[in-house]
Amino acid sequence: MSQPTRARRFFRGASALAGLSLIAAPAARAQMTEVGEGEGALSIVAWAGYVERGETDPAFDWVTGFEAATGCLVEVKTANTSDEMVALMNEGGFDLVTASGDASLRLIAGERVQPVNVDLIPSWAKVDDRLKDAPWHTVDGVHYGVPYMWGPNVLMYSTEVFPEAPTSWNVVFEAMDLPDGQPNAGRVQAYDGPIHIADAAQYLMAHKPELGIADPYELNEEQYAAALELLRGQRKLVGRYWHDAFIQIDDFKNEGMAASGSWPFMVNLLRADGAPVASTIPEEGATGWADTTMLHVDSEHPNCAYKFFEHQLASNLQSDLAVWFGANPSVPEACTDGRGMLTPEVCHANGFDDFDRIRFWRTPVADCSQGEDACVPYYRWVSDYIGVIGGR
Amino acid sequence: MTAAAAGAARGGVAGRLSDLLWRRPSVLLALLLGPPLLWLGLVYLGSLGALLVQSFFSIDEFSGVIDRTPTLRTWGELLRPANLDIIARTVLMAALVTGASVVVAFPIAYYAARYARGRWKAAFYLGVMLPLWSSYLVKVYAWKLILAKEGIVGWGFESVGLGWLLEAFLSVPGIGGNSLSVSPTGTFLVFVHVWLPFMILPIQAALERVPGSLVEASADLGASPGRTFRHVLWPLALPGVVAGSIFTFSLTLGDYIIPQIIGTSARFIGLAVYQYQGTAGNVPLAAAFAVVPIAVMGLYLWGAKRMGAFDAM
Repeated sequence: MSQPTRARRFFRGASALAGLSLIAAPAARAQMTEVGEGEGALSIVAWAGYVERGETDPAFDWVTGFEAATGCLVEVKTANTSDEMVALMNEGGFDLVTASGDASLRLIAGERVQPVNVDLIPSWAKVDDRLKDAPWHTVDGVHYGVPYMWGPNVLMYSTEVFPEAPTSWNVVFEAMDLPDGQPNAGRVQAYDGPIHIADAAQYLMAHKPELGIADPYELNEEQYAAALELLRGQRKLVGRYWHDAFIQIDDFKNEGMAASGSWPFMVNLLRADGAPVASTIPEEGATGWADTTMLHVDSEHPNCAYKFFEHQLASNLQSDLAVWFGANPSVPEACTDGRGMLTPEVCHANGFDDFDRIRFWRTPVADCSQGEDACVPYYRWVSDYIGVIGGR
Repeated sequence: MTAAAAGAARGGVAGRLSDLLWRRPSVLLALLLGPPLLWLGLVYLGSLGALLVQSFFSIDEFSGVIDRTPTLRTWGELLRPANLDIIARTVLMAALVTGASVVVAFPIAYYAARYARGRWKAAFYLGVMLPLWSSYLVKVYAWKLILAKEGIVGWGFESVGLGWLLEAFLSVPGIGGNSLSVSPTGTFLVFVHVWLPFMILPIQAALERVPGSLVEASADLGASPGRTFRHVLWPLALPGVVAGSIFTFSLTLGDYIIPQIIGTSARFIGLAVYQYQGTAGNVPLAAAFAVVPIAVMGLYLWGAKRMGAFDAM
């Protein structure tokens, strides 16, 4: 299982730069009214590991069955960042894209994707109610995509250091002695992506209410400065920031790491390997990501695309991909109905029950709910986080 | 009838082409040089130029859209303290790595050039080249394990009772860290290891061209070995050293893999370019950053040329 998350690794939410405020509600384009015969082909822009046909690991295959049933031969174009996804969709020639929350609204604003007629997707009713109208794919009540997968950024900790799960993110943000009597300096990690500033902001929401942070992705100058200050303190505690899932796994095995923000994917792999780790979502809540498949406005294979929408919700995809990726299905039934390898225990471990405590990744933009040009835009997050890591 | 045919050009397309190339050597030259020049000119210099032009664009603060009006704003951004830190850190690391590579490589190259014979010589070449055959990533990840807190180096120090020494070293601010693998020292060690062959081979080539008789003559005239080294061997080997240092220096300057895996996560130039371009969409700043190694290497090569490094290549 080496490749699937690698490409996804550090860039997950990190992308950039859409003036979300520029979204002038696009006129709803014509949507499909019926699904006809498949056109024999379907091309998907996807995160690495998201569309598996059993070539990486024979046990993980949710494509060959689809091809056999519909005659739509699937072609995958792997993208590493949300920016790449947007660029590829702008270029055209693809049918579907598995867009994250920081790309999906840009695609809608740029009119690169078409509205989805959910009545043509028999399994739509089974989609998690919490995701059906999620703001990252629904604009003015019009659906522009079908939920694919989501997951939280959990706090992973060593059970040797913490007999009890830590209840707060303070173990990675503030200098302190951990339960084993040793200081946390040098034994904690943080995510090596600017979106981690949102984690700091979320921590401040709970611990410095006077700052008035309402949304960790919408920070004014003062709130932003406070978040950076917290991160500068964190720099003194962090030996190395993590950006690659497998490097973090290695650090927990060989560097005596005690705690870090992480993904269920690494927690599962480490536990499968017998490492003494566990994960939790502390009292402040957590950040996370949610992806949606969206249909290109000029798609040449819309019938195949609609067949894939149904396939993604109804087949083993939701179940096996959740296991493969350490993610959560968008169809709650997949946790329990045994359509694939997913079990309720795995769903629980991946954070399925914590949806309400997760603030999903979004691209910070200048014009936010605090006012026009009131928030610090993402490109500054990038340069300032580089400065923080460099010791500034 | 036959006489008339004798002076005429040969028939057929191939024949005529052959005649043309014979009569006009410039056409032949153009045909031979054209493709590589086109490659270099269009594909390489062209894309480099396109990149450099980007650095005069700026990123719009509101939407993050690239503004294509020529401006020096991006260059101003490059001079911010955090970015100057990155440049200074990278250049310092490249200089240290180069210096250390010379110190390590010289004795090896000297032995290989002057003492190793026959099979030993082949073994030396093989030993130097062998690391280049294995994947760069494999080597870097292997080093990560070697230098880890619970890795073999830490274990070795512990088991001979010198754990305190390593701890003391790692507690030095600026070069230490929680373990070797998360310290700048670790980054330095791995850079030196990975680029070492690029230093050994040019020095060895230079030393092989130094006649043994010169060293003997120096000794006969009463020079101590140290003096012979300073006044005979080192000046003659210098072009090789400089050639090797161009490799190690420029490779360190541009690398973005090693600092990602080993070290404190503090950015180096390559990593900054990667991140600004790849995740931030701030292509202008990435382009401005990309100019820095070009400028530094330009200066370096100019100095190297003055030292005669290219005479030996």
